[in-house]
Amino acid sequence: MNIGDVSLAHYLTLGGMLFALSVVGIFLNRRNLIVLLMAIELMLLAVNMNFVAFSHYLPLAQDRMAGQVFVFFILTVAAAESAIGLAILVVLFRNRATIAADELDVLKG
Amino acid sequence: MSANLSLTQLVAVPVAPLVGAIVAGLFGKQIGRANAHRITILGVAIAFVLSFMTLLSVNDGARFSGTVYEWMNAGGLKMEVGFLIDGLTAMMMCVVTFVSLMVHVYTIGYMKEDPGYQRFFSYISLFTFSMLMLVMSNNFLQLFFGWEAVGLVSYLLIGFWFKRPTAIFANLKAFLVNRVGDFGFILGIGLIATSAHTLNYGETFDFFKNNGALALATVPFTSWSLITATCICLFIGAMGKSAQFPLHVWLPDSMEGPTPISALIHAATMVTAGIFMVTRMSPLFELSDTALSFVLVIGSITALFMGFLGIIQNDIKRVVAYSTLSQLGYMTVALGLSAYPVAVFHLMTHAFFKALLFLAAGSTIMGMHHDQDIRNMGGLRKYMPITYWTSLIGSLALIGTPFFAGFYSKDSIIDAAYASHLYGAGFAQFSVTAGVFVTAFYSFRMFFLVFHGKERFHHKPFPPEIDGPEPALEEDGAHGHGDHGHAATHASHAAHAHDDHVHGAHGHDDHGHGDHTPHESPWVVTGPLIALAFPSAVIGFFTIAPMLYGKFFADSIFVNNEAHPAMEELAKEFNEKGGAVGMGLHAFASLPFLLALAGVVLSYVMYIVKPSLSDTAAKIFAPVIKVLENKYYLDWFNENVLAAGARLLGRGLWKGGDLGLIDGLFVNGSARLVGAIAGVVRLVQTGHLYWYALVMILGVFGLLTWQLGPYLQSVVLGIAH
Repeated sequence: MNIGDVSLAHYLTLGGMLFALSVVGIFLNRRNLIVLLMAIELMLLAVNMNFVAFSHYLPLAQDRMAGQVFVFFILTVAAAESAIGLAILVVLFRNRATIAADELDVLKG
Repeated sequence: MSANLSLTQLVAVPVAPLVGAIVAGLFGKQIGRANAHRITILGVAIAFVLSFMTLLSVNDGARFSGTVYEWMNAGGLKMEVGFLIDGLTAMMMCVVTFVSLMVHVYTIGYMKEDPGYQRFFSYISLFTFSMLMLVMSNNFLQLFFGWEAVGLVSYLLIGFWFKRPTAIFANLKAFLVNRVGDFGFILGIGLIATSAHTLNYGETFDFFKNNGALALATVPFTSWSLITATCICLFIGAMGKSAQFPLHVWLPDSMEGPTPISALIHAATMVTAGIFMVTRMSPLFELSDTALSFVLVIGSITALFMGFLGIIQNDIKRVVAYSTLSQLGYMTVALGLSAYPVAVFHLMTHAFFKALLFLAAGSTIMGMHHDQDIRNMGGLRKYMPITYWTSLIGSLALIGTPFFAGFYSKDSIIDAAYASHLYGAGFAQFSVTAGVFVTAFYSFRMFFLVFHGKERFHHKPFPPEIDGPEPALEEDGAHGHGDHGHAATHASHAAHAHDDHVHGAHGHDDHGHGDHTPHESPWVVTGPLIALAFPSAVIGFFTIAPMLYGKFFADSIFVNNEAHPAMEELAKEFNEKGGAVGMGLHAFASLPFLLALAGVVLSYVMYIVKPSLSDTAAKIFAPVIKVLENKYYLDWFNENVLAAGARLLGRGLWKGGDLGLIDGLFVNGSARLVGAIAGVVRLVQTGHLYWYALVMILGVFGLLTWQLGPYLQSVVLGIAH
């Protein structure tokens, strides 16, 4: 199978797999909030994959940039979000001396 | 002839005592004791003079009926202040203001040293105002206002010495028993308001008179006759106020109050409000034989059985109190016989001689230094001549000695009983006839024990016991006996335990407390006695013809002569005998007179000629006396069955209804239900981030499936094809 045989469906399947992986990563993860942040990043990347794939396969050439511009925005926001998230984690660790997701259950009813 | 009454004059009648009451009550401290009695007496005197002028012009045919002030108009039901002045009202106004005036004057002497002097004058003036509003009313609302206001003043005055537990018990009892009656009364007013849609007397009477079908009407949702139910409800109100069996229990206890108000409120005026009210409602009561029979039987029971209780009482005021009950029973009997004018006539004569007897009793109590036990008296005739003679006139009037006031009214009641064919009339005949003997016996038992016989006050065979804290006035040093620094202080205090009050004589008389020589009372006390003795003796003779058989009450009292012929037959008999003189002369050979004479003679024999006889009689009738001493166990029944039952019911409702149902089931129950549901639901909230995320994703998945399900299905099926 050469590169020309890769179709939209392949890309979308990859995006779906990445997304599913990240979801499972969120709720199977009991230990570490950093892993959780990473899973969220992965989720955004899965969406980015779809954006790029769809925009590549648009019929008109001048439209093909649109989806890819979104990717840049999302990457920027994701970077900012990670920065803030990590900062929060640092503060949280200072207060609670842990970042294990299991132990952060103050909202328990 | 028909001169008009001026509204200003009528308004001034109740307002004058009200002003006196307000000034004496609110500014008593500032104006001082003498000014307090001056202003209230002035107010009542104005009211009396105006009432008397009103009576004169009413006698000339003047009438007044109209609204003075419209308070509110709710759904077509007018609530007004208005006056209806006719013969009945004018007579009541005069009786009320005259007796009130006498009592005001008397009080100057009786309450001389009491610290609550101004308060007392304020109360009795307020009472006069309330009673005048009651009798002058032309509508049920104002009647009810006056009714409740006199009840309130009665409550205040019975508990006048509010530091004495027995007085507090008595005034509470009076208030509660009257509530039972008032409950019936307001139900009756409610029935009238809903059926006749008016509170005005005239309109109500017209409504019932002009509506033939109403005779058959029933109270909604029941099979009771409307008119009978209305009348009986109204009469229950009268039973409470006029102390008819079984709501009479409060009246003897009301003797805890000062003697002047026992005379004014609990003998002469307020307790006759029920009699007045039923008389006013005569157009209604005439429509229901059942209600009249009910009235008759209740009156008969009261007339006879309360008289029996008077025989065994030893407290001078209680003897008079039971005689009041019995006489109120007589009036009620007259009402039941449709002889309303006779009832009102007896009301009037009774007001005079009973006020006289009470005030004389008060004078005796003052003379005896506040010992009320008649067994400790005797031979007072020598020491208190004015009290003696006025008491004699009062007692003779009470037992119905021919030509005295009480004779004309009481004999008319007895005659009316024999003229009636109403259900229950036979019992009434027996009661009122036997009652004559009983009345004569207890009246003269008291009279002989107090004024004749041995002088027992030197050694006091029945020393009063201290039955509670001393009256307040004894403690705060306002009393007159300042120099009792001798060893007998305690004994003298013991003798004062039953004191009505501490009166002025102590301040100036020079005998020690060991010697209880009685003395005549000051002129402010004996003056009213003499003033009341005159009408007690002669008023019946002069007023029987116009009041019973003339036109005086013609337009205020309605009697259905065909159904209830008692009044007609009385009039026939009266004319046959030849008027008031003939009636008196005929009476000497009649059964009631002989019975009264027998009663007097028996009491003379038992208490003067051979006092040992009374002890023998007491031994023979011991079981009967035990029943009488316990007042037919009615107080026991009320306290242990009705009150205890009410408490039990209340406790049950409190525990079951309030604590169980409302607090337990509704308030706490709903909270517990929410708690239980929340207890299950909260398990969802684990507090773990991944759990929320999972739920969110499952939710999104579910939502998508639900929304896109059919589309995906078609796509899948399309691919399959």
